[in-house]
Amino acid sequence: MPQSADKVIDHEMLFREPEYQKIFADKKANFEFNHSDARVAEIRDWTKSKDYKDKNFAREALTVNPAKACQPLGAVYVANGFHKTLSFVHGSQGCVAYYRSHFSRHFKEPTSCVSSSMTEDAAVFGGLNNMVDGLANAYNLYKPEMIAVSTTCMAEVIGDDLNAFIKTSKEKGSVPAEFDVPFAHTPAFVGSHVTGYDNALLGVLQHFWDGKSKTTEPLVRVPDESINFIGGFDGFVVGNMKEIKRIFDLFGAKVNIVCDPSEVWNTPTDGEFRMYEGGTTKAEVEAALHAKATIVFQEFCCEKTAKYLREKGQEVVVLNAPVGVAGTDRFIMAISLLTGKPVPAVLERERGQLVDAMADSQAHLHGKRYALYGDPDQMLGYSEFLLELGAEPAHVLATNGGEDWANKVQALFDSSPYGANCKVYPKRDLWHMRSLLHTEPVDFLIGNTYGKYLERDCGVPLIRLVFPIFDRHHYHRFPTWGYNGALWLLTMLLDEFFETLDANTIVPGKTDYSYDIIR
Amino acid sequence: MSMTVEERKAVNKALIDEVLKAYPDKMAKRRAKHLGQYEEGKPDCGVKSNIKSLPGVMTIRGCAYAGSKGVVWGPIKDMVHISHGPVGCGQYSWAARRNYYIGTTGIDTFVTMQFTSDFQEKDIVFGGDKKLDKIIDEIQGLFPLNKGISIQSECPIGLIGDDIEAVSKKKSKEYEGHTIVPVRCEGFRGVSQSLGHHLANDAIRDWVFDKLDGSKRPEFESTPYDVTIIGDYNIGGDAWSSRILLEEIGLRVIAQWSGDGTIAELENTPKAKLNLIHCYRSMNYISRHMEEKYGIPWVEYNFFGPTKIAASLREIASHFDDTIKANAEAVIAKYQPLVDAVLAKYRPRLLDKTVMLYVGGLRPRHVIGAYEDLGMKVVGTGYEFGHNDDYQRTTHYIGDATLIYDDVTGYEFEKFVEKIQPDLIGSGIKEKYVFQKMGVPFRQMHSWDYSGPYHGYDGFAIFARDMDMAISSPVWKLAKAPWKAAA
Repeated sequence: MPQSADKVIDHEMLFREPEYQKIFADKKANFEFNHSDARVAEIRDWTKSKDYKDKNFAREALTVNPAKACQPLGAVYVANGFHKTLSFVHGSQGCVAYYRSHFSRHFKEPTSCVSSSMTEDAAVFGGLNNMVDGLANAYNLYKPEMIAVSTTCMAEVIGDDLNAFIKTSKEKGSVPAEFDVPFAHTPAFVGSHVTGYDNALLGVLQHFWDGKSKTTEPLVRVPDESINFIGGFDGFVVGNMKEIKRIFDLFGAKVNIVCDPSEVWNTPTDGEFRMYEGGTTKAEVEAALHAKATIVFQEFCCEKTAKYLREKGQEVVVLNAPVGVAGTDRFIMAISLLTGKPVPAVLERERGQLVDAMADSQAHLHGKRYALYGDPDQMLGYSEFLLELGAEPAHVLATNGGEDWANKVQALFDSSPYGANCKVYPKRDLWHMRSLLHTEPVDFLIGNTYGKYLERDCGVPLIRLVFPIFDRHHYHRFPTWGYNGALWLLTMLLDEFFETLDANTIVPGKTDYSYDIIR
Repeated sequence: MSMTVEERKAVNKALIDEVLKAYPDKMAKRRAKHLGQYEEGKPDCGVKSNIKSLPGVMTIRGCAYAGSKGVVWGPIKDMVHISHGPVGCGQYSWAARRNYYIGTTGIDTFVTMQFTSDFQEKDIVFGGDKKLDKIIDEIQGLFPLNKGISIQSECPIGLIGDDIEAVSKKKSKEYEGHTIVPVRCEGFRGVSQSLGHHLANDAIRDWVFDKLDGSKRPEFESTPYDVTIIGDYNIGGDAWSSRILLEEIGLRVIAQWSGDGTIAELENTPKAKLNLIHCYRSMNYISRHMEEKYGIPWVEYNFFGPTKIAASLREIASHFDDTIKANAEAVIAKYQPLVDAVLAKYRPRLLDKTVMLYVGGLRPRHVIGAYEDLGMKVVGTGYEFGHNDDYQRTTHYIGDATLIYDDVTGYEFEKFVEKIQPDLIGSGIKEKYVFQKMGVPFRQMHSWDYSGPYHGYDGFAIFARDMDMAISSPVWKLAKAPWKAAA
């Protein structure tokens, strides 16, 4: 009997006990009628081959292990970024259970969001009644100051009209006529979660700036000296927003952070559950119209929003999640240029400290080859940082990246000698990546939690720097942006390098001559 | 909490009345039917169930797709399960349920992979059948050792009029009778995960059992001791720590449904002598079908906590000969020292602690015995997607004045906990951090909070340790800052 009360053993060790090993062997031998071990080994080896890779890359219809989610997830993220705002997703209720679980598993925080719980009758007759009752219930139970509505694919397929439904709901008294209900159609079969971010954010801005669905006069823009900052969908938002605010503070610049979920996903455990915390206020959203300029930190999260901001007459600086030295320089210089203020000495010092750290460590990362996957902007930022470390972003993949993105990545490769042997893969998934890792191996993989399956199958060490991260805790609390963020990224890259080196040199009397104390 | 039963009933009633006040009148009436408390001697828990959730209330429920792909089909390890529709459903449910298995993932085993047809606008407009046809070809080409394919419908499939049954038949024919199973588990069907379980069960009946071709599989020689484990999803290895006990009493487990299960095991099942059902809610349908069609009796059992384990082993053994009965006694006796040691260690620390549960499937009742073995008391419980027969069965587990909440809303659950102040809550990931912020110890009782197994004697030791560490963690005492504690 393997189990004991003195030292309770978990699944990790329990099932390695002989009693359980016998169960596994007997079950397989007598009841599973599966393929022989030899056949499994044969196919496993084949999946590592160039032949398999070609077949794999010839796929036209099947997606396996994608690195993207659907639009409403981005919309729920956006709703969480506004003060006392309840996210309301119109459509089937299971979707909302999924979004809430997904965010809670990453941030280890509650994620509030309601559904209009549409069922078969709504599929036939439309979801108007669900909207009418849903808004009333949400308003009464959760006392939000704003309800931000988005849609699941069900509501989109049957063609529910949010604008009309919300109007009718107000007429029926679900919420007061003047209550703010911005909305966005977020079909899951178009784009990805970053598209949903864009649509939902645009929905909020249009609501407040363009006359609240024709119920008030549109706001008139009176340009002032403030700057807007829009971060885009970001799994490290808790750490990053703090850093962004600090940077603007150092400049002494007036900034309107438009969409900031960093506080609602970072509340204390002190005996009180705060359903709403922080976030951009309505006054801040309205003030943002008057900003002289907006910095859009992630272009591909904000394509429509950026266009809209330009139409409003704002100068829009569009970045691609710049990290590292040169990337952060561009961001900092953009603030300086827009505000007319010099770069603060503190930041210049931090920059120097980052360069110092890179100089200390560059020899370990120089020439190392990385595969990376994630959202399009983040991939551009990380690739540039790797190049400036003398490392090679050999395979750069985004399931939700298109040709425009791929061209940008290629241009980045072309700008550095370290980019010469690198390739970009738009619209590919992690099963494609598996073939790449087998046929053109790299030293390290940068990805999200799901990358651990590639780490297992391909033996490539994984560095978790991409949303979602379920199996490591608290990374999201640290910034990846700004010079300080780059320091954290550098540390993550180095940690994995050193851990891997130590693991490779740890056999006593065999390899441990290289098991160095000083590195 | 040394309240009398009558006092507790009064408190519960006032509490229910209070939460209902927050709803608009019409909605309060509808919610009132789902909230109540158990009255000793009644045949059920006095609440309505399996009814549509109210819109906008933050129900914790999921959908039919979650019930079919996430629960029933997903763990069948040697099949490829296609999340058919847009990318999200498969992405959010990808490997999230901890259905443990043995196999080479991506080669002969596919549980922790996300196969999706990733619908685009053109698939919605023109239909997805052609894409599905091609997807099956690509799966056959790239994953040649798969033993079958299931098509798990997401919402759009049923709305755009795709004929996935026709595609399945056609492709099955093309691939020499390869098992291809269409499941109509679109998320808008039914009121919760529950209909998805039912649809998934029916799909096994129609597309596995009814298409069984005995000539195509190895001869299966049955014995008088053949049983199956049905409705155990092997979360954290639960089915394995159950199987070990069944084998120890001399039975032969010819199939696991569906944790660490295979298509072959599903096909073995009609030859079983007795089907053993753990999660009644999700798999009673197929068990009833097998009783009718193949004459296989079924018995519900409960492997949470030593009291229920012993009772279940005896009940199971009672369907077999004296040797098995004697074996059951021997196994119970064999594990008694472990049980005694676990209770000696943890029971004094957990005695009289109160628990509130809100989970799905069988757990809102099944785990109560395990808590009671540890001296703890469940003061409130409810089902995400239970039916009336679940609430009837629950009466065997709970005491007078237990608070009952069916399809609880975020608002209600928070208010109930605030007032009742249990020592521990067992619920899901969406609830975990809400209550931890409030300083209430919490264990996820869907995923075992990444621990487990909890089934069987081996699992009970882990369960006891986990509940103790949740409650005893020093962190809860730190929640109030010292300069605030005095105030």
